[in-house]
Amino acid sequence: MSALLKRSCSHNMLAAIIMLIFICFCVHFQNTAGQFFSSGHTNNWAVLVCTSRFWFNYRHVANTLSVYRSVKRLGIPDSHIVLMLADDMACNHRNPKPATVFSHRNMELNVYGDDVEVDYRGYEVTVENFLRVLTGRLPPSTPRSKRLLSDDRSNILIYLTGHGGNGFLKFQDSEEISNVELADAFEQMWQKRRYNELLFIIDTCQGASMYERFYSPNIMALASSQVGEDSLSHQPDLAIGVHLMDRYTFYLLEFLEDIHPASKSNMNDLFKVCPKSQCVSTPGHRTDLFLRDPGSVLITDFFGSVRKVEITMEAIHLTDPILHPMSEEVQEKTYSYVDQLPVSEIIHQKPKQKDWHPPDGFILGLWTLILLVFFKTYGIKHLKHIF
Amino acid sequence: MLMKGNKIRGQLAALSIAAVVIIVGVPLWWRTTETYRAWLPVSQIKQLAKLQLQLSADVEVVFARGTVTPEQQKKVPLTQTQEEEHAVDGDTMLRYRFETRYRTATIMEEDALNKPTAAGADESLHTLSESPCGSLVFYVIPELSLLLPKDTDVYIGQRRTALLRVSSQVGVGRTLEQLLAQLEPRIKQVLQVMSFSHTDVSAVLSDRVRFNPDSKEGIADSMRAFKSSPGYEITFSLLNPDPTSHQLHWDIEGAVQTYIQPLLTKLSPVANFSIDSQTLYYSVLGVKPRFDSSCDAYTLNADSLAHVINPVEARLGSNAASSNPVLNFLLYVPDAHHSPLKIQDHRKQEVPSNAFHSPRWGGIMVYNVNGFYEPEAELPVDISINMAEVMGVFLAQLRLLLGVQSSPPPPGFLVAPRGSSGLADWELDRLMWSRCVENIATATTTITSLAQLLDQISNIVINDNIAEQVSSAVNSLQLAVAELEAGNLKYALQLSKEAILASEKAFFDPSLLHLLYFPDDQKFAIYIPLFLPMCVPILLSLIKMASEARQKRREKLAKKD
Repeated sequence: MSALLKRSCSHNMLAAIIMLIFICFCVHFQNTAGQFFSSGHTNNWAVLVCTSRFWFNYRHVANTLSVYRSVKRLGIPDSHIVLMLADDMACNHRNPKPATVFSHRNMELNVYGDDVEVDYRGYEVTVENFLRVLTGRLPPSTPRSKRLLSDDRSNILIYLTGHGGNGFLKFQDSEEISNVELADAFEQMWQKRRYNELLFIIDTCQGASMYERFYSPNIMALASSQVGEDSLSHQPDLAIGVHLMDRYTFYLLEFLEDIHPASKSNMNDLFKVCPKSQCVSTPGHRTDLFLRDPGSVLITDFFGSVRKVEITMEAIHLTDPILHPMSEEVQEKTYSYVDQLPVSEIIHQKPKQKDWHPPDGFILGLWTLILLVFFKTYGIKHLKHIF
Repeated sequence: MLMKGNKIRGQLAALSIAAVVIIVGVPLWWRTTETYRAWLPVSQIKQLAKLQLQLSADVEVVFARGTVTPEQQKKVPLTQTQEEEHAVDGDTMLRYRFETRYRTATIMEEDALNKPTAAGADESLHTLSESPCGSLVFYVIPELSLLLPKDTDVYIGQRRTALLRVSSQVGVGRTLEQLLAQLEPRIKQVLQVMSFSHTDVSAVLSDRVRFNPDSKEGIADSMRAFKSSPGYEITFSLLNPDPTSHQLHWDIEGAVQTYIQPLLTKLSPVANFSIDSQTLYYSVLGVKPRFDSSCDAYTLNADSLAHVINPVEARLGSNAASSNPVLNFLLYVPDAHHSPLKIQDHRKQEVPSNAFHSPRWGGIMVYNVNGFYEPEAELPVDISINMAEVMGVFLAQLRLLLGVQSSPPPPGFLVAPRGSSGLADWELDRLMWSRCVENIATATTTITSLAQLLDQISNIVINDNIAEQVSSAVNSLQLAVAELEAGNLKYALQLSKEAILASEKAFFDPSLLHLLYFPDDQKFAIYIPLFLPMCVPILLSLIKMASEARQKRREKLAKKD
């Protein structure tokens, strides 16, 4: 009896081991092919926009620059980031510490630094330019760094901050973008397959109204406050004299500080950032247009740039020796700068032979006056001395 | 009396003002506030939205001596057509047509087939006749022929020819039809490899047909290769993190001229390429390699490779002035303290090429130079890099990234090694087929969505140049589809490129910005302050006139009675 039990036990164990090996093999196989199909994107882009100007909106610029820093730290290169700052806080004459933008009280973290690449600055940040960047309808002379050159396998992060209201976002204190325009712009991006997946984060008052009208697939949206609520700022700095950050972005950044390029945190953690107790406003999110389950979307799918990699299995066997083309005329053209000033002409200048011109109007007038006075005084009969 | 005259004059004035406002004012306001919209061929665009593509290829099957009996030979030459239809989705339908011509070999072809090796036969067959772009020639050789090794049945040459070995069951009563029926599955198999196949063509339609769960390899392939673009920029970079130890010399100009340029010249009907190169000093990989004592080398395992690219990419810079996609090929020479550096795959095996690539980005190869000098040599050491080895790897990666490589051939197939250009003619044809279909599909999607957009937003201005681009795109598309049907691959590709250029130009024209979103309440808010103060007095006076006229009529009626 015990022998039978033992045999069945060993059989069970054998079956369990075989099952385990099988599962391991499946998992391994999934790993090799799994990388490709978990997200479907091959590159990452970020469009970070700060829409307000004036010194007291320092916190919006600090918001945007902090997100820029995190995104760069997690791997997205400058060539894939379009950074739009509506005003220059670092070199503002009211900035007590020039060339810095701080995001933390007591000036702990300077987010400006010396390798910030701002693509649209100052008055270039307009609704028109923003929509042009999104839809790609830029004039042909626009340089590469100012374009969003995404394709159908790009994941794009769009971050907007500034002053907003129910259904609009204010740009530069003079114009506004409505949620319908934004939704239409995203739809045009989808029509041309300019994105694979889009993460839209907005930190303004009543931010949730901005994502209400989206209707294109594969968009996930987060906002710092619901309709009717105001998004509040975090902490003023007494030395600089303005509020340095907004609450939602402050806690978002704290969350991102724990993320490194290989981390596996997913979007559900991002939704929990800044609960009402910390943020005073209620952050909202929208995932109904997103096709994947947010729990399976990694933070680094949008905030970082983890590239897919394949091992190169083959190489082509090349046997020809390197040809050097017969260089007939290899004239070493020596290049030199053109003279800024025609120095040779100036130094060796001879006085120019001036052509004779009849006397100027002033001289003529002066002589006429003198003659008139003379003849008025002495009478006309002296004229015969002239003629 | 005067009062009456005044009253009449007042009434006439009110009436005439109303008349002017309605007859002159309203049409004038309408004309001056309408947007200029040039005419677009909307009906043709709607027709194009239903994409129906037919791909045709000509195949010639040549029977060598010993494969057909004389009775069968009498029935040859013979032409057959095979058609296959696939509906990809509601709007897209693909039809494949192979026109197969059977004939017997000429004497010169027989001589060529008598060469000792298959490669030699292939070469001499090519000198006899050059098949046009898109067509294929198969030579059927008897079973006992010594051209092919024992276990291979099919040899695929460098140009557009293949050699098929048929098993000759000597049966005098066997008709030609039976022979052809026996050959057909083999021919079909070869066509799947050498010419277009449904998996390849539908893989490029990933824009239109989003979630195609046919095969995971197909999806990986479509993610790896760059999308069709009129041009590409290729950058070769040499990364030297340790210039104090290694003085590297690489003859990049010569290497590009000898090894890479022939491929790019061959690919010129597909796209333009521009190449540049650079050397970066003191640039390290983002990952620290670990020393593996089992193979006595530093290793990078496959999981950490994904994090290698980003720190390097920030320093690469770009010379590109256009918006074309950039392919980066990096050659990394490890520093003296971390040499040799080997890449390990998922199974901890060493990778022979020591290189990896990233889809839609480029490739990185690690080149170990510790074997080139003694450990006690005086630093810095002059090292001359073997460009043939390096370019072999980069060429393979370049082929993959451009979408040339196909799946491994079925068993029993022998594929000739690629020639000096690194690309066989039939591979070029395959690439041209898929690019042509991709261009046509993309251009069609662009044009239809543009038409839809312009239809939806009624106050976008459509200038004449946009209408012109759209018309030319529609024309080119129609011509490209027709040429594809006729089987003229080269013309079809050229027309499809023109179509996609025109459609992109029209879609991305800077003037098509839909900034003018006016909700209805804003429209009322603009026009009411203008028109209301003007219309109120007119309306009131008209009402007053009407009520007075009615009262007068009532009085008249009362007077009558």
